[in-house]
Amino acid sequence: MKRQFIKFVALATVAAIAITSRPVLAAEELSIMASGGAWQDAQRKAWFEPFTEETGIKIVEQEYLGDLGKVKAMVDTGNVPIDLVTVETATVLQGCDAGILEPLDYSKIADQSKFIEGSALKCGVGLDAYGDILAYDPTVLKEAPTSVLDIFDTKKFPGKRAMRKFPAQNLEWALMADGVPSDQVYEVLATPEGVDRAFKKLDTIKSDIVWWDAGAQPAQLLASQEVVMTTAWNGRIQNAIDTDSKPFKIVWDGQILEYDMISIPKGAKNPDLAYKYLAYISKPENNAKLASHITYGPVRTDATEFVAADALPKLPNAPEHMKSYLVADTEFWGDYGEDLVKRFNAWLAQ
Amino acid sequence: MRTAPDTADAKSIAAAIRRSQTRERLRSFGLATPLLVLLLLSFGIPIAILLSRAIYDPTIANALPRTSVAMQSWSGNGIPDDETFNALAADLKANQQQGNISEFAKSLNARLPGARSQILKTARALDKEGVSDPASVVKSVPFWTSPATWSTIENGRHALTSFYLLSAVDLRWTADGSLERVPPEQAIFLRVFARTFLVAATVTLATLILGFPLAYLISSVPKTVGAILIIAVLLPFWTSILVRTAAWTVLLQKFGLVNDVLLWLGVTGTRLDLMYSRVGLIIAMTHIQLPFTLLPIYSVMRTIQPSQMRAAYSLGGRPLTSFLRVYLPQVVPGIMAGCLLTFILCLGYYITPALIGGAGDQLISNFIANYVNVELNWEMAAALSFILLVFTMALYAVFARVLGLDRLKPV
Repeated sequence: MKRQFIKFVALATVAAIAITSRPVLAAEELSIMASGGAWQDAQRKAWFEPFTEETGIKIVEQEYLGDLGKVKAMVDTGNVPIDLVTVETATVLQGCDAGILEPLDYSKIADQSKFIEGSALKCGVGLDAYGDILAYDPTVLKEAPTSVLDIFDTKKFPGKRAMRKFPAQNLEWALMADGVPSDQVYEVLATPEGVDRAFKKLDTIKSDIVWWDAGAQPAQLLASQEVVMTTAWNGRIQNAIDTDSKPFKIVWDGQILEYDMISIPKGAKNPDLAYKYLAYISKPENNAKLASHITYGPVRTDATEFVAADALPKLPNAPEHMKSYLVADTEFWGDYGEDLVKRFNAWLAQ
Repeated sequence: MRTAPDTADAKSIAAAIRRSQTRERLRSFGLATPLLVLLLLSFGIPIAILLSRAIYDPTIANALPRTSVAMQSWSGNGIPDDETFNALAADLKANQQQGNISEFAKSLNARLPGARSQILKTARALDKEGVSDPASVVKSVPFWTSPATWSTIENGRHALTSFYLLSAVDLRWTADGSLERVPPEQAIFLRVFARTFLVAATVTLATLILGFPLAYLISSVPKTVGAILIIAVLLPFWTSILVRTAAWTVLLQKFGLVNDVLLWLGVTGTRLDLMYSRVGLIIAMTHIQLPFTLLPIYSVMRTIQPSQMRAAYSLGGRPLTSFLRVYLPQVVPGIMAGCLLTFILCLGYYITPALIGGAGDQLISNFIANYVNVELNWEMAAALSFILLVFTMALYAVFARVLGLDRLKPV
């Protein structure tokens, strides 16, 4: 009886300590701003929730459209309510140049050499690899395209096709379709003649193009049969296939590989917690987890073995999808992006 | 005959009146002061600061203090002397060590595409140990021995700059100091400004054609029916512009309601591309703007007595003549107020063109938003905003001059 009473008191004390000490743990909050949609849902399941479970650090989520204007306004006014922000690779470079994103200390994250080349930058560390691919509906298109570059073949594949309303990827594909070997694409595109050549190639299909802005649009355009084929981010199409049971097919040959990244905005209030999170998701076994929730691949070279077996064949960097591809050159887009966007807009308006 | 003291009296009376009026004015001004202060603090000053970015950009001047001094003796032709190259090397190295090099590289890259990586490369090379001849390190990068680089730096090293304002109207300086149009494949803004004004004018006209008869109907039917019609006009007006735009995308899309109905009626044989087109944009904008044109017209029409038209008829006026000479002149202030309101609001449209307009239907606000959010080039955004503001003001001035501002006041 007495022993049981002591046990009870001990348990009660432990419980009391646990209850009273919880607010102290909960006070640690990490604010992450990501670009929403299926991708943020996947991050929540793969990283946010397990991280909170393991460390007790609560994650406060925010959403934005992926443009840095909002972050710049925060940094300029000295009021930065977010600790981490997910960004596209080209945007990391831009934010780094403009002094909006903090240069990272990789000794607090992971061994920089273990990342795929170009996925661990000065101001941003890679989250995943995604592919810019071609998608089509085999119930509409009788003959199957075999390469992304088939989008330029209006004779064999007549009908409207959708492309992203942005010069990046489209200019690269245009040059490759015009016969430039993939390893010389950026070299050619850096010359005025190369840019003219790319636009001339795009001219040949201009009247057949429907332009998309948001990542969710390509799947909608295919589903509503407004287009017979579309360029897209592979995860969005796979999502439509898996969860909406659409009959879409993905063409991997000629894909352009890009990385999603995460950065610390300058003046963030909890850099220590932010580094803790970056170190957590950069462990190979954790880096591989995202692939189970959305079909974007890991950026660590040693993470492939941890990817779930059923997820692996759908990833852009699965070995059978890497027969012919191009890695997006972010340095090039840092140099020529603004100029080419302006020229692209002028071209669209003609 | 008037005497001198009388004139003096008259003068003092006039002065007294003026004094009392001044007091009156000061009092009313005093009441408005809180509003004016609020407007100045929350509206005037921030706008002025943001717009000043269009002409004041000290990034390059701050990054190259030594080079700026050395360049004062430069003729402006070819490339400068070795002394300038040494100064540049010192400036680049200092920026690299202070971590400001990227900001400078980005700023010069906006004026000279491709400059960014060249600058970063040179700065990294200069920051290495054991650089004995920095000028030759700089010169070994072909970018720095190109005259175009130096004329860009020459233009950019002055903090007060006309670069952004000129770019906003598709102009630029040539190396020899004269103005020229930018090459056609880069010229975009004048076209977008023209498009913005064209769309605004079309929408204004469409709302007038639709709104005028409706306003007339509402003002002439019995009060209860009129109230119901007014509610019908106002109900969408109280709905968010984003919701209404989204609703139009549902209606206008290829397999949407409008196409279904047109096909069923046999008006068209194939489905029309209404989404991502100028027609769809103008339909949606006209719907959103209709109350803005209609309500001022209606408020004026309500005050016109029906007996006036009867009087005109009884004096022998034919319906059209009576309408044109008795009714219409009284409604003109309402028409002008409504049209001006709609036209100026249309100039700033952003969401509707972004969602419903095609690639060739983006208005100037879409480009301003792009420079603010995506390119982070707030100087260019400020310049475009400034030009839009000037165009709008000029148009307003012309409008006020030609038609008379006083007619806009309520009758």
